[in-house]
Amino acid sequence: MKRVLIVLLAVGLLATPVWGRDYEEKGPIKIGAIFAVTGPASFLGAPEQKTVEMLVDKINAEGGVLGRRIQLVLKDSGASPEKAVSFAKTLIDEDNVLAIIGPSTSGETMQIKQLCEENKMLLVSCAAAEVIVNPVAKYVFKTPQKDSQAITWIFNTMKDMGITKIAVLSSNAGFGAAGKKQLETMAPEAGIEILSNEVYDKRATDLTDILTKVKSTAGVQAVVNWSIVPAQSIVAKNMKQIGLDVPLFQSHGFGNPKYVEQAGVAAEGTLFPAGRLLVVDELPDKHPQKALLAEYKTNYEAKHNEDVSTFGGHAYDALMVVIEGIKKADSLNRDKVRDAIERIKGLPGTAGVYDFSPEDHTGLDLSAFEMLTVKDGKFTIYKK
Amino acid sequence: MVDASLILQYFLSGITKGSIYAVVAIGFNLIYSATGVLNFAQGEFVMLGGMVAVTLCLFVPLPVAVFVAVIVVALVGCALEIVFFRKLRHHSILHMIIITIGLSIVIQEVALHLWDEKVRSLPYFTGNEISSVRFFGAAVSPQVLWVLGTVTVMVVLLHLFLRYTARGRAMRACSSNAEAAMLAGINISNMRTLSFGLSAALGGLAGCVISPITMTHYEMGAPLAIKGFAAAILGGLGNPTAAVAGGLLIGVAEAFSVSQLPAAYSDVTTFILFLLALFIRPHGLFGSPSGEDVREV
Repeated sequence: MKRVLIVLLAVGLLATPVWGRDYEEKGPIKIGAIFAVTGPASFLGAPEQKTVEMLVDKINAEGGVLGRRIQLVLKDSGASPEKAVSFAKTLIDEDNVLAIIGPSTSGETMQIKQLCEENKMLLVSCAAAEVIVNPVAKYVFKTPQKDSQAITWIFNTMKDMGITKIAVLSSNAGFGAAGKKQLETMAPEAGIEILSNEVYDKRATDLTDILTKVKSTAGVQAVVNWSIVPAQSIVAKNMKQIGLDVPLFQSHGFGNPKYVEQAGVAAEGTLFPAGRLLVVDELPDKHPQKALLAEYKTNYEAKHNEDVSTFGGHAYDALMVVIEGIKKADSLNRDKVRDAIERIKGLPGTAGVYDFSPEDHTGLDLSAFEMLTVKDGKFTIYKK
Repeated sequence: MVDASLILQYFLSGITKGSIYAVVAIGFNLIYSATGVLNFAQGEFVMLGGMVAVTLCLFVPLPVAVFVAVIVVALVGCALEIVFFRKLRHHSILHMIIITIGLSIVIQEVALHLWDEKVRSLPYFTGNEISSVRFFGAAVSPQVLWVLGTVTVMVVLLHLFLRYTARGRAMRACSSNAEAAMLAGINISNMRTLSFGLSAALGGLAGCVISPITMTHYEMGAPLAIKGFAAAILGGLGNPTAAVAGGLLIGVAEAFSVSQLPAAYSDVTTFILFLLALFIRPHGLFGSPSGEDVREV
């Protein structure tokens, strides 16, 4: 009987969720961040970490928020969902952070979505999957544009170009698989027919065999590739090498000038939807995002000696959203900050201009994207 | 009517992949022949060759960068053998194999810290990203011809080395019967170091020549090692030409599998064929059942 009581007590204690405690009123504002700095998604996490650290330094140098310093508690998940869960628990229980920014990938975010919601921990993810905010969880937001919006842009551009029959190539990893599914779902409505639909291993070193199959499929007017590096560059090169001369559309994962370098001359003419960060020089001065983008680009490239990418921008936006929430709520109470975030309207970010609401936890619509292309080795806005 | 140029295109595509596997398999095969060790860090030698060459390319012309990179990787191979294998009390093959697995992980991490996670590549040796050489309606990148050429040169040189030089013969003696070789005055330890160094050099050169095709990044070693290992086994361990044949066969099998089935199944088909081949000829397609070239673990 005694043993049963002890066990019941232990279970009872363990099962008590940690409700969002009111934030300590003194001391720095702790903001947690989970990024995939190393590992297979490091092209996301590394620029995200660099961006956020740079931004925190800048904000602290300018006096902080509500008169306090921001203290960043950064965890490197290596894109592992298990580690993301473990770090989320640490940030919630031990560090008691005000909010968590990240994770970098959709897979990791989905693993901690429920955990954060249950613990009333504010989570602003840097991953793109629609399921992160649909169904809406009160405490969970995301800053990247939606995959479906990227695909809408691609299909609209295709319609303008008179393309109705396409081939779809995707990698077998999370991002590729999600894109493939969206493409398949949205194609019929857009009047696009997918004639060839192939999945390749994300570590593939050569894709000429799949592209040969596409080449031999009659009627293919364009190829859509949904993957990350290095496959993005390999597809572009292989297409030219075997003489497959149709337009190539890439996903918004192509958003780094380095990828153009890697594909070299083969990248010319590639079309892909992306945020305006990559073409900031072409924006009119009055554009709401121009000043912010120009400053971010200049500072990032000067400090880290590498090209700025849209991925780092998602972390920039996530941190800005949290800080804007704190300022609007004029409080460090997590619930008040959460409510304030839902009331944010017209906040310029790197990915677009954010308008949040209780139903919309992404805050971006189609206008956040622009269709870009590669000309003379540079990104430029695609003009019809 | 089947389109001949289409078949040729698939074949060329198969050769492209196959030549990559072949060039990795040669290195695997060499260390196995000389020492009986299956070097699971072979993929990392390939990765290092590419990475070092890319960095050097910023300072020196491409051929010099490749040459120096090969030497650097060879020295790394020798150093690894001296540090990790020479001091072993019991040279159990199994221990050594497991050490190579550990080494592969460590080398990857070191590469990540030295270079970072970005993907890089060497420039194409001739032409650029869109050049292609046309044969009868099918096209292939000139870099693939470079890979095939390099593989051929490697095989020929290895053959000459193993058969006609004293050191080469000493290496074969070690693999045949280590004790007898010792009695004949051959220094087994030095032979092992030499074989690691040579294998690393071959891997490093492979890494340079495939870099424009596959791109070079810190994680590229593991999948290459797996396919290279499979190629070496399929061909028959102990014979460098067989390793190349194994690699080309696997590549072509993958390409033709893609032509008929969804691409997602290409690995499955290839490995089924691989297993079938091994059931029929357990020592590899060209391996000798006599056991002369096969060591016990």
